Amino acid sequence: MTSPIPVLDIVGVSKRFGSNLANDDISLSLAKGEILALLGENGAGKTTLMSILFGHYVQDKGQVLIDGVALPPGKPRAAIRAGIGMVHQHFSLAANLTVLENVTTGTESLWSVASRRSEAREKLLAISRRFGLTVDPDARLGDLSVGEQQRVEILKALYNDARILVLDEPTAVLTQVEAETLFATLKDMAAQGLSLIFISHKLDEVMAAADRIVVLRGGRHVAERRAKDTSKAELAELMVGRTVTRPVREASTPGEIVLEAAAVSVRAQGVDVLKAVDFRLRAGEVLGIIGVSGNGQGALAQLLSGTLARTSGDLILFGTPVEDRLSVADVVASGIGRIPEDRNREGAIGEMAIWENAILERVADYSRRGLVDRKAGKAFASRIIDQFDVRGGTPTSRTRLLSGGNMQKLILGRNLINRPRILLAAQPARGLDEGAVAAVHERILEARRAGTAVLLISEDLDEVMALADRIQAIVGGRLSPPITAEEASAQKLGLMMAGEWQAEQTHAV
Amino acid sequence: MSAVLDILASAGLWAAVLRIATPLILGTLGALLCERSGVLNLGIEGIMTFGAMIGWLSVYNGADLWTGFLIAALAGGLFGALHALLTVTLGLSQHVSGLGVTLFASSFSYYVFRLAVPVAGSPPTIVPFKPIAIPGLSDLPFIGPAFFVQTPPTYLAILLALLLAYVVFRTPLGLAIRMTGENPHAAEAQGINPMAVRYGAVIAGSALMGMAGAFLTLSAFNSFFPTMVQGRGWICIALVVFSSWRPGRALVGALLFAFFDGFQLRLQTTLGGAVPYQLFLMIPYILSIAALAVMARRARVPQALMQPYRRGER
Amino acid sequence: MRFERREHRPLALVLLTPVMAIVAALALSGILIAIAGAPVLEAYWRILTGAFGSRLSTTETLTRATPLMLTGLAAAVAFRARLWNIGAEGQLYLGAIAVAAASSHLLGGLPAAIQIPALLAIGALAGMLLLLVPLWLRLRFSVDEVVTTLLLNFVAVLFVSMLIDTVLKDPTAFGWPQSQSVADAAMLPKLLARSRLHIGLGLAVVLAFILQFVQQRTVFGLRSRAAGLNPAGAVFAGVPLGRTLVVVACISGGLAGLAGAVEVMGVKGYVTTDLSPGYGYSGIVVAMLANLNPLGVVLAALFTATMFVGADGMSRAMHIPSYIADVTVALSLLTMLTAIFFTQYRIRR
Repeated sequence: MTSPIPVLDIVGVSKRFGSNLANDDISLSLAKGEILALLGENGAGKTTLMSILFGHYVQDKGQVLIDGVALPPGKPRAAIRAGIGMVHQHFSLAANLTVLENVTTGTESLWSVASRRSEAREKLLAISRRFGLTVDPDARLGDLSVGEQQRVEILKALYNDARILVLDEPTAVLTQVEAETLFATLKDMAAQGLSLIFISHKLDEVMAAADRIVVLRGGRHVAERRAKDTSKAELAELMVGRTVTRPVREASTPGEIVLEAAAVSVRAQGVDVLKAVDFRLRAGEVLGIIGVSGNGQGALAQLLSGTLARTSGDLILFGTPVEDRLSVADVVASGIGRIPEDRNREGAIGEMAIWENAILERVADYSRRGLVDRKAGKAFASRIIDQFDVRGGTPTSRTRLLSGGNMQKLILGRNLINRPRILLAAQPARGLDEGAVAAVHERILEARRAGTAVLLISEDLDEVMALADRIQAIVGGRLSPPITAEEASAQKLGLMMAGEWQAEQTHAV
Repeated sequence: MSAVLDILASAGLWAAVLRIATPLILGTLGALLCERSGVLNLGIEGIMTFGAMIGWLSVYNGADLWTGFLIAALAGGLFGALHALLTVTLGLSQHVSGLGVTLFASSFSYYVFRLAVPVAGSPPTIVPFKPIAIPGLSDLPFIGPAFFVQTPPTYLAILLALLLAYVVFRTPLGLAIRMTGENPHAAEAQGINPMAVRYGAVIAGSALMGMAGAFLTLSAFNSFFPTMVQGRGWICIALVVFSSWRPGRALVGALLFAFFDGFQLRLQTTLGGAVPYQLFLMIPYILSIAALAVMARRARVPQALMQPYRRGER
Repeated sequence: MRFERREHRPLALVLLTPVMAIVAALALSGILIAIAGAPVLEAYWRILTGAFGSRLSTTETLTRATPLMLTGLAAAVAFRARLWNIGAEGQLYLGAIAVAAASSHLLGGLPAAIQIPALLAIGALAGMLLLLVPLWLRLRFSVDEVVTTLLLNFVAVLFVSMLIDTVLKDPTAFGWPQSQSVADAAMLPKLLARSRLHIGLGLAVVLAFILQFVQQRTVFGLRSRAAGLNPAGAVFAGVPLGRTLVVVACISGGLAGLAGAVEVMGVKGYVTTDLSPGYGYSGIVVAMLANLNPLGVVLAALFTATMFVGADGMSRAMHIPSYIADVTVALSLLTMLTAIFFTQYRIRR
């Protein structure tokens, strides 16, 4: 099945960004009909390498050969013409254009007097039939689901006659079921002669879908294995390079209920984002809310953060019903710590100083008669920096200069340093490298030991299974009933994330 | 009431509507083209001023009318290149850069004008474009004199609106421009150079703005004076929103707008001094604000409008 | 060639940017002066002496700088919170006419000690109200305030023109459209005898210091900065976005309205439609040259006033259109933008 002639040969590629050597002399090859996984942590250099392959970046050294012919560096158009197609993690699509327009952009000479739309439509339909990727060519892209949008992204590459398809973290936004369908499609594509590279840091899917696995670490090619000759354990060690163990929660008895939601619904911009959700959160426990992003967890986090009002239902906070909407000030004052989903957008204001970001949400405590107490603010920031090991900045330096992990430590620190009664953590480890993930998890468990009630919203199964005492799945704005950590298995959670509990529920009623 | 009907029934009103609409059509198309590629061009007011000045000055110095018109377009394109340099290459705030271009282009116009034409009692004039009756159509009763006896740039403006509608929605180039305005990263991933597309769109759009200005001095009036653009550029920016970034609707919007303007001008003469004339003059600006308020939420704004694009920076 | 974000901005570089920007703008308009056939250095020398060569010209420059400081502060405060108030020109006119109306019809009999503060407040209030309209449109309908504030400038000037043509017309002005004059008790005391320089200058400078303090030290300053830099982050941190913007708009519109009031009460005594030679628009340049820093506004307004006053004299002597001042000021906005860019990015090959 796999032919011995390499369709793609990457030879000795290096790329430096400032002081950071993102790719250090990397070589790899890909055969026709092969599925190659590029495994590595965030920052291992996977995306940089693929961006060089695709001509987004120009390498400092090395070559990319397609069928033995060198590709001119820094020319996306040449890469496309050579048959390379890229499926980005953050889709490169335009919401206001139709599927057909998204797919055909740039495929015809810019100076031709008319678009050949009917031919394009036929070609698109033929490809989608061939690989079983159905979509309506005239639908507005913004109206499609995330899974459908990914299909469009793949179709776009195939439409350009791609023979080599690169998929960057393709399952990050998919449900378990959607992911399985995707891998079936990928195998079918390989069988039809396409060559595929997919980038991932998830061991399960790498083992399940790839023929061969290349492991990158710190910008270097550290190992190469056939999928059938290796194990998850070996890959994990190769990927991380050292044995980092994520902390796991120990048994404990939860305390009283601190936060209860009864049939809470939220309607935002004409859409029901939360539909009659129920949950109870107890002191000293971690309640995990698992779900694929875009299923209402954003709204849930905003609701409890005080930035979104509920439309109906009851919220009971520390035994007292919440009368009207929660404001951010109320939330912070009542001892709820908040870790936002998108730390760069919401968690900090990059151009402001670290101390200003530390106190902004609790500025009432650091001001007198409208004047900011700068001294106290800087002292507070210093304490966070010391106790939470924030590296790369002083209280007065700009927050933007911190790395993702350190910025997350700052955010954790400003919330945890005063022992909150509730911690709302939305995707707290997203995009962090393994070391930082372990640090964040340790802090969360430490808070739990101290009696803080933690609501953990996450799309990462491993994270939820390691930290949560009880787990509820969120699908389409609805919450499943909770299951205990002991009842939970990857398979069961996968089904819950696909909404499988709902059928049972209707039967029961 | 009958006064209103009289105004509506006069072919003169409708002929004036097309005349008033022409600079608005050209300016709106220009701003629309820039914005479709993701660049707000607030240089429009100044670029129109410069186009009006340089078109007029060229003709005053012996160039023929079309050459003057062309020079205005080229000058507009140059200012567009300046705006593109600031907003596309350097990625500066499109708001502030655009205002800077407007301030520079208008003061530069006045400087050049004063240098070339020393102060005189009455402003010097040129012989402007003459209305051309379209054979056959212009003989139709009422409709003929109302719509088919116009100066050539007016016909050109309408043709350009149709042409731009075709280019934007029916050609690969138009799709590339729209994609760049929606998601420049996606455009780049498909082998399109978003920087080049933005440069092209801003330069071409600004050339249209230059033509819009030239119409004022080469067809609507016959002389140049400072502040003659009178906020028409800003009205065009409002009309772009009103038109939901569609050239066809921009044409309709400009005509609708010109209708109100032409109507108020005539109403003003009919009502005489009973109502202060300034109230009438306010109507176009207030109308623009109202149009913005109605349309701002409904319109599908190009998603990357006002977002600088830098390679490799998301 | 590509640009790379600088991790650290050297303070010296930041302080030098306006100087470099002004030098670059002067060099560019020097080309225009040379094209007009005049010796460039002499022209600039004459601008400088025209602005500061005598007691009269110096006081004139300071008088001219006063409204520029106020409109510059108006723009700086608003831009800091990313409220694009380009309507200072209209707000200035509204402030001016409100003062003229109030003094000639309502408060004219009051003693100066009461009348002057009351009128200043009225002028500021008028400017505020005019800016609250576009802010409301933004918060309620998501209308970009740049275009609405620009359009309202024309409405405001027409409104003023209407009033001075009708109800507020000065019957003694030989049919010239000019408002009734403010009462003598409404005129601001002079800072210096035998000059037009009035205490408005002191007021503007004091306001600049106050604003500097407010932005640096107060909760409101912290919040309005956060709202400008990252609205989503500010909302998450509990900054009341709408309320903060309303306060910012009141300060910004108020300052612009105050500029009009001060110009009427300090210099003209009445309102005409050429009260302001574009002070509102120049204020944007002043604010940008100051890098939105209130104290910097004072200096930037002095530079701008120097250009305007100096160019008048230079133009008469050398037959260079005085519009060269406007050109230089506009160019300095563009060069300043570019200079700010290079404090944030460096070129890499």
